Amino acid sequence: MANDNRTVIESDTGFKFIDLKELIEYRDLFYFLVWRNIKVLYAQTIMGFSWAIVQPVVQILIFSVIFGKVAKLDTDGIPYVLFSTVAIIPWTYISQAINQSSQSLISGQNMLGKVYFPRLLYPFTSILSKMVDFAISMVVAIIVCCYYRVPPTWNLIFFPLFIVIMMFTACGTGLWLSAMAIRFRDVKHAMPFVIRMAMYTAPIVYSASSIPDKYRFIYSINPIVSVIEGFRSCLLGTSLSWGFIWPGIITSMALFISGVFYFRRLERIFVDVI
Amino acid sequence: MLSIKVENLGKRYRIGLKEEQHESLFNLFLAFLKSPIKNYKTYRSLYSFSETSGSKAFIDDEKNGIIWPLKGLNFEVNKGEVVGIIGKNGAGKSTLLKVLSRITHPTTGRVEAFGSISSLLEVGTGFHPELTGRENIYLNGAILGMRKKEIDNKLDQIINFSGVHKFIDTPVKRYSSGMKVRLAFSVAAHLEPDILIIDEVLAVGDAEFQKKCLNKMEDAGKQGRTVLFVSHNMPAVTRLCPRAIFLENGKIVDDGPSQKVVANYLSKDSGTTAERIWKNTLNAPGSDIARLRGLRVMSKSGQVTESIDIREPFSIDMEYEILKSGSILLPHHHFFNGEGIHVFTTLDTDPQWRLKPRPKGSVKSTVWIPGNLLSEGNYMVGSGMITLNPEIPQFYENPAISFTVIDTIEGDSARGDFTKNIDGVVRPLLKWNNQYH
Repeated sequence: MANDNRTVIESDTGFKFIDLKELIEYRDLFYFLVWRNIKVLYAQTIMGFSWAIVQPVVQILIFSVIFGKVAKLDTDGIPYVLFSTVAIIPWTYISQAINQSSQSLISGQNMLGKVYFPRLLYPFTSILSKMVDFAISMVVAIIVCCYYRVPPTWNLIFFPLFIVIMMFTACGTGLWLSAMAIRFRDVKHAMPFVIRMAMYTAPIVYSASSIPDKYRFIYSINPIVSVIEGFRSCLLGTSLSWGFIWPGIITSMALFISGVFYFRRLERIFVDVI
Repeated sequence: MLSIKVENLGKRYRIGLKEEQHESLFNLFLAFLKSPIKNYKTYRSLYSFSETSGSKAFIDDEKNGIIWPLKGLNFEVNKGEVVGIIGKNGAGKSTLLKVLSRITHPTTGRVEAFGSISSLLEVGTGFHPELTGRENIYLNGAILGMRKKEIDNKLDQIINFSGVHKFIDTPVKRYSSGMKVRLAFSVAAHLEPDILIIDEVLAVGDAEFQKKCLNKMEDAGKQGRTVLFVSHNMPAVTRLCPRAIFLENGKIVDDGPSQKVVANYLSKDSGTTAERIWKNTLNAPGSDIARLRGLRVMSKSGQVTESIDIREPFSIDMEYEILKSGSILLPHHHFFNGEGIHVFTTLDTDPQWRLKPRPKGSVKSTVWIPGNLLSEGNYMVGSGMITLNPEIPQFYENPAISFTVIDTIEGDSARGDFTKNIDGVVRPLLKWNNQYH
């Protein structure tokens, strides 16, 4: 019998990172889980995938009226609708992906206790399936950009980088929160307002240039800042302010790596503490 | 060839989240203020163990709510073996399956398994009501460890086997529960792992479905797969599994040929498989109408016996208490042979009590089984009680008792002078006549 088909089950206590070989083995399942999430999300709705557009559009309209027209926040001369659209779309992804992945283990607890597959697939599935909503809502961003006749610039080269940071940020947070949520259900109750607060820690409704210089570094440790700033520069062609961006890149990576370690350290007790 | 090797396998849990009692409103309020810290500590303690508390010595520590459902198991299973795992509730069977299927982590020891493992602790894991039957086949198949290609190849077989091809593109939420189970089972039935781990909860459902499950298991064994089968269904274990492991209190009590192990399991409390007595009314099967107190296999001469001479009649005694008068009671027994075949059922037909409400009291119902009826071999008896008008089961214990029928070679039984193995579920002694023309 081939040796590579041997499974060893032991009581282990060490730290583990992603077992790529195992994940590759389960790629078909991963695909089906993502596909299921997408398929089921808008089942029995009248609007279907248009919901992915309606949500950010409504938010853009509200923000444009309140912060653009009433509060008249400074946007460095960019029309407010344009200014908020390119921020709300990645933010909607981040908040929804974090929300869904943090609950992924709890909502999958029935499966968790009945069958084995790499536990990392639970949060990963949410992170990936939410990308479909993101892709659809990007249509809104493109339409708005066309309406305001924003020309594409070379900054777009960096766009994939910011999508990656966006996903890593959501995934890292999702890993931490999902592992925590299975032990402490408080996570579920804290989620809505923590996410709402998190929105104001990033330059979504206001401009990052309104942050005083001396706080700039601390401010930009937040990886969401880096994602939003990156999206603005790439889509609107404003200059890339790396000062706001690079700390967030490092934080998002750190968040992801530590999240994997934390998740994998706790995964052996998931079933026992459900 | 070795398939599974289990060494010193132990699992520790912490249970016991006790609710606190509060004596006054003030205490309640105080506790409310302190509760976040207390809750944090309790929920944390669910998985952290100080090494002094029970350490790794497999000692249950009830004070601290620590239990060891598995206490250092050692066994090996060879490739192609079909092994039944039996034991009472709480003996550690389910925990063992969960460790072997990697759902939960062991605390001590290790398991080495050679080949792919699939576990069926439930059918239809991951079924989504919004998805169609076809989509659920893919999803469920992948969850159970099949590759997409594999499912593509078997899709037609799976759909045919399930018998729901008419509705295969309908969302599963519109299915009847029976259709759902059939679809789920046919996915499971097409798994082809090297090692198959099955929980008997699988065998819930109607009789036909149970039979399908058991047949499927039999096939798996014949195809050279290693099968571990947890069950309370002793006839099924002796029929399907040449070998059985008997767990009690987290330890292996017996491991060997299943006939022997099952007999050991059944006779564990009374020393004989032919008698069961419930001394403690708390754990006796029953309702507020009738409660079972004892069951016995009795020889013709009135002795409790495990072995019955095939030629002799014998009786089954059922002792029970009627706690509430006024019900029409119907004691009954089901007889299963060693292959798990339901040989016959007998219901109380005593003319004295037919359709008559019975008064309170302790009762012994005796039924006589004639000689020269059953074939030789092991039998298990499931005994129960129902009330009539309306029909409500009051208790049912299966298997309750067991016995062995032994054929003689003295020539006056149905085998006559033939000494080799004879097939057949029953072995009546019939009248033969020969005539030359």
